[in-house]
Amino acid sequence: MYRTALRNVLAHKGRLLMTALAVMLGTAFVAGTMVFSDTFGKALRDSNSKSYSDIAVQVVDRSAGSRASAREKSEGGSATLTDETVQQLASLPGAAGARGVAGGFTGVADKKGDLIGQVWSAKGANFAPGQDGRDPRYPMVEGQGPKNAKEIALDRRTADKAGYKVGDTVRVAANGPVIEAKLTGVFTTDDPVVNTGGTLTLFDKATAQQTLLEPGRYSSIVLTAKPGTSQDALLAQVEPKVTGHQFDVETGTKLQADEQAQITQGTDSMRTMLLVFAFISLFVGIFIIANTFTMLVAQRTRELALLRAIGASRKQVTRSVLIEALVIGVVSATAGLLAGIGIGAGMQSLIGSLNENMPNGSLVVKPLTVVATLVVGVLVTVLSALLPAMRAARIAPVAAMSSGDQPASQKSLVVRNTIGSVLAGGGLALIGYGASTGNDSGRLPVGAGAFLALIGVFVLLPLLSRPVVALVGPLLRALGGTPGKLAQQNAVRNPRRTAATAAALTIGLTLVTGLTVLGTSIGDTIDRAVTKSMKADYIVSTANGMNLSGQVPAQIAKAPGVAASSPMTAAYWKLDGTSKAISGLDAAAFEQLAEIKLTSGSADALGKGQLLVDQDVATKFNVATGSTMTATFPDGSTGPLTVGGVYEKGGMLGPVLLANSEIAKHDPKPYVADVLVRGKNGATPELKQALKDATGANPVIEVKSKQDVRDDFSQVITFALNLMYGLLGMAVLIAVLGVINTLAMSVFERKREIGMLRAIGLDRSGIKRMVRLESVVISLFGAGIGLLLGCFIAWAINGTLKSSLAGLTTVLPYGQLAVFLGLAGLVGLVAAIWPARRAAKLDILESIKTD
Amino acid sequence: MTTSTATAVHTGLAAARATGLNKVYGEGETRVVALDNVSVTFPQGEFTAIMGPSGSGKSTLMHCMAGLDTVSSGSTTIGDTELVGLKDKQLTQLRRDHIGFIFQAFNLLPTLTALENITLPMDIAGRKADQAWLDRVVDTVGLSGRLGHRPSQLSGGQQQRVACARALAGKPDIIFADEPTGNLDSRSGAEILSFLRNSVRELGQTVVMVTHDPVAASYADRVVFLADGRIVDELHAPTADTVLDRMRRFEAKGRTS
Repeated sequence: MYRTALRNVLAHKGRLLMTALAVMLGTAFVAGTMVFSDTFGKALRDSNSKSYSDIAVQVVDRSAGSRASAREKSEGGSATLTDETVQQLASLPGAAGARGVAGGFTGVADKKGDLIGQVWSAKGANFAPGQDGRDPRYPMVEGQGPKNAKEIALDRRTADKAGYKVGDTVRVAANGPVIEAKLTGVFTTDDPVVNTGGTLTLFDKATAQQTLLEPGRYSSIVLTAKPGTSQDALLAQVEPKVTGHQFDVETGTKLQADEQAQITQGTDSMRTMLLVFAFISLFVGIFIIANTFTMLVAQRTRELALLRAIGASRKQVTRSVLIEALVIGVVSATAGLLAGIGIGAGMQSLIGSLNENMPNGSLVVKPLTVVATLVVGVLVTVLSALLPAMRAARIAPVAAMSSGDQPASQKSLVVRNTIGSVLAGGGLALIGYGASTGNDSGRLPVGAGAFLALIGVFVLLPLLSRPVVALVGPLLRALGGTPGKLAQQNAVRNPRRTAATAAALTIGLTLVTGLTVLGTSIGDTIDRAVTKSMKADYIVSTANGMNLSGQVPAQIAKAPGVAASSPMTAAYWKLDGTSKAISGLDAAAFEQLAEIKLTSGSADALGKGQLLVDQDVATKFNVATGSTMTATFPDGSTGPLTVGGVYEKGGMLGPVLLANSEIAKHDPKPYVADVLVRGKNGATPELKQALKDATGANPVIEVKSKQDVRDDFSQVITFALNLMYGLLGMAVLIAVLGVINTLAMSVFERKREIGMLRAIGLDRSGIKRMVRLESVVISLFGAGIGLLLGCFIAWAINGTLKSSLAGLTTVLPYGQLAVFLGLAGLVGLVAAIWPARRAAKLDILESIKTD
Repeated sequence: MTTSTATAVHTGLAAARATGLNKVYGEGETRVVALDNVSVTFPQGEFTAIMGPSGSGKSTLMHCMAGLDTVSSGSTTIGDTELVGLKDKQLTQLRRDHIGFIFQAFNLLPTLTALENITLPMDIAGRKADQAWLDRVVDTVGLSGRLGHRPSQLSGGQQQRVACARALAGKPDIIFADEPTGNLDSRSGAEILSFLRNSVRELGQTVVMVTHDPVAASYADRVVFLADGRIVDELHAPTADTVLDRMRRFEAKGRTS
């Protein structure tokens, strides 16, 4: 029996090729993901292992610096870290030393004026030399540390990358104007910022504090312990000295463990996401494997019946088919594993070449990767072959004697259709219900419904194939004449096979369409929100969304061509006991910069120091125009605020509006997220340039028109979509293999017919056209169903998102959907190339021969 | 019409003709001569049977003359058209427009109805069927009530009748039938054979049939005997007995020589 199985595999190499490829691609995806995430994770962890080695305890002031969010700033108390704190901590019995760190965002411009590295990993800090003029944390490899406001030092990699030498003038910028300083030193360090590929600029203490924080203030203090004092013991001594909830006090060990855990978490979530797509690919593969074995068993009916006739038991027949699957599984999964290791290595070097600051390390192939890949590959193959194998066992021995013509499997689809209808109907109903809830409580029903509907539709695909394909019949006839008609009939000849082939594409298209519709709808909604609430021509903000320096609004107001401008501040105050984001704008400029639709009250209320709230807030807090809310300010005091109007939600302004003057009363240095600008002549390039110049040509400060903001959003969405398309590409590729597989098998099975058609006068190109059109029909069928399903599911998900994204409506990108359908048709054509050529090349006499 | 075409039969015009036909497979040691300088004429309006034992070359002869196979040397024509030297596309067109085929294994498309199968060659050519002729053909094969059925709903004999009708429907110059009764029981076989004879006698068609069954051959106007790739004998107005008699003689000769 085993020998028979093995011989069968060898005899049908060609016919099993596509199946093996499908399994291989799927497992390669799994293995590649695991190898890559392990390798990447290990490299990151290795390079970070030294990050906190010289720190015993670290105190961080979360409310310090421009990187602190508005919420952290607003909620932070008044206590700060100063030289005094440093002294106090340094004199603790267990402390060997303490150093104050003044750190924050600092961008370094290269010689062309562009930012070096990524905006989120560009940092600055203070150089803290000891008596000998050296700072052990930042040992200078060239030159010396900065001593005044006109001097800086850079880390080795950043300096090398930009080609800066000691003595060069370098432009650096925090959130204010650009500083031009002399590079006095280049250093190496284990600082985590540098270890993870960021840039680090060192200033002298006063400049660092002045530029990054405020004079006399530190963002953190790091302590070293005396020999014999454990980190925990020192921690216990430090904690009572720094009180205030804005301070984080941790030991170095804990920090490092946290960092490592964060890296692991990061790579784990990346791995999980990639694995999801790998499993989608494998799931698609299941259809192909099952289809192949079904076809093989059907083709070998006589052979299997003969085995039964000469005494093989049912079990043995089943086993022989399963052994074949096992062999294919083992071979393909092994090939997939090797390919996956290759993919992992390729990804590693790709990332390395894209970002040279990324740490590099040796390839990590864990035993788990090997075992998981092989087990998954073999299991998927064998389980997919299970049903066909059981069907093979049901072949009656007498079938060995019957004619060579294969009976088409015309078993009734009644049971199948009933099950499918129930599943699909239930699923659609659940989705509809979920969508109607209009908030996130609908997510579970939508998710479960989508899953059920998908399964139900798969079960129903054979039933759907006839009417759907009949729909395109006239078109096929017009396009392909008799071959077109034959193609249409061939496509629905074996509904199960067509369905299984199309299903692979349906999965891919459902996901692609769903994501596209979601992305487009969200993008469109944001787009409308931007356009709707903003009357400003330009929005000035920092590239990384940090606080703008306090001078920026004034600089902008003075720029030529500005008709009106206002900083948009963000404060987090408690209103009636609940923390709320409050957006501040200058009352005088409000009408010119923003637009809200008031349902009651008036925007003039802002000028009177009153609140404007959106409908959601009004409902939730049960307030209306004229009501009074109790606000808790950052300094802990409370006071009444009157609601001066209620507006329709949506847009970029946020749920609560208040005049900047009113915010400043309680928060003297509020967080400035953007500055809105209205030009005298609208949005003009001159104004844009004037705004850039006014803010000191800082590479970090961005001046964006409304269109730029919209483009930014759509870029983010496009990027996310492209990423998904790329990851789903594998599933689509496997689906294409499935189409090739089915066509090749069909051509093989219909050899006689093709020979006859050739004999009675269909030329080679007619045969090719017939196979190609069949392929296109199957592909379009699968894609069309996927498209509809995808749209429906996206509509439902939109329903559940309504509460989080106001004004969300489903937008169908018809052009894009048409492109998808077109591509699916193209996929069909491409998949048919080889089978069609084979069919056209068939020798007439050979094919019509009766065996 | 019957009489007019019937007279045409005896004008002796050739529907197909082979002259000095050679067909050789393989090279050197494995060289097999399938047809050895065969010359034969199939006159219009005649029902010819090609007989011979297995391996005599009878199927090869038919395939070469029907443009399904290439020849090694010699000439073969359908009407006035020389087949040797034609490209695949021209051969395909020739088969489509001038030749009808009937195969042993009915070779119908299972997805098409009986009528669609019958008109298939014309559909491929993009020609409209001659309705009157089609009705007549369908009537003659006795399929009137079953035109909407698919092959799987028809018996073997009925399927072969559909195949016959398909071969006839385009009014080809010549019909080649390869063991048309090979897969049928004797009663259905007899029906098909009488039908082929009628199509020659009444519809004025030309039929060439390859068979190894003396009874089938007895339906023909003339039997051509093939052995070892050569035409060895010819018999007019055969009966099953005379055919069998000749066959025995060749076989005996083959064994002794």
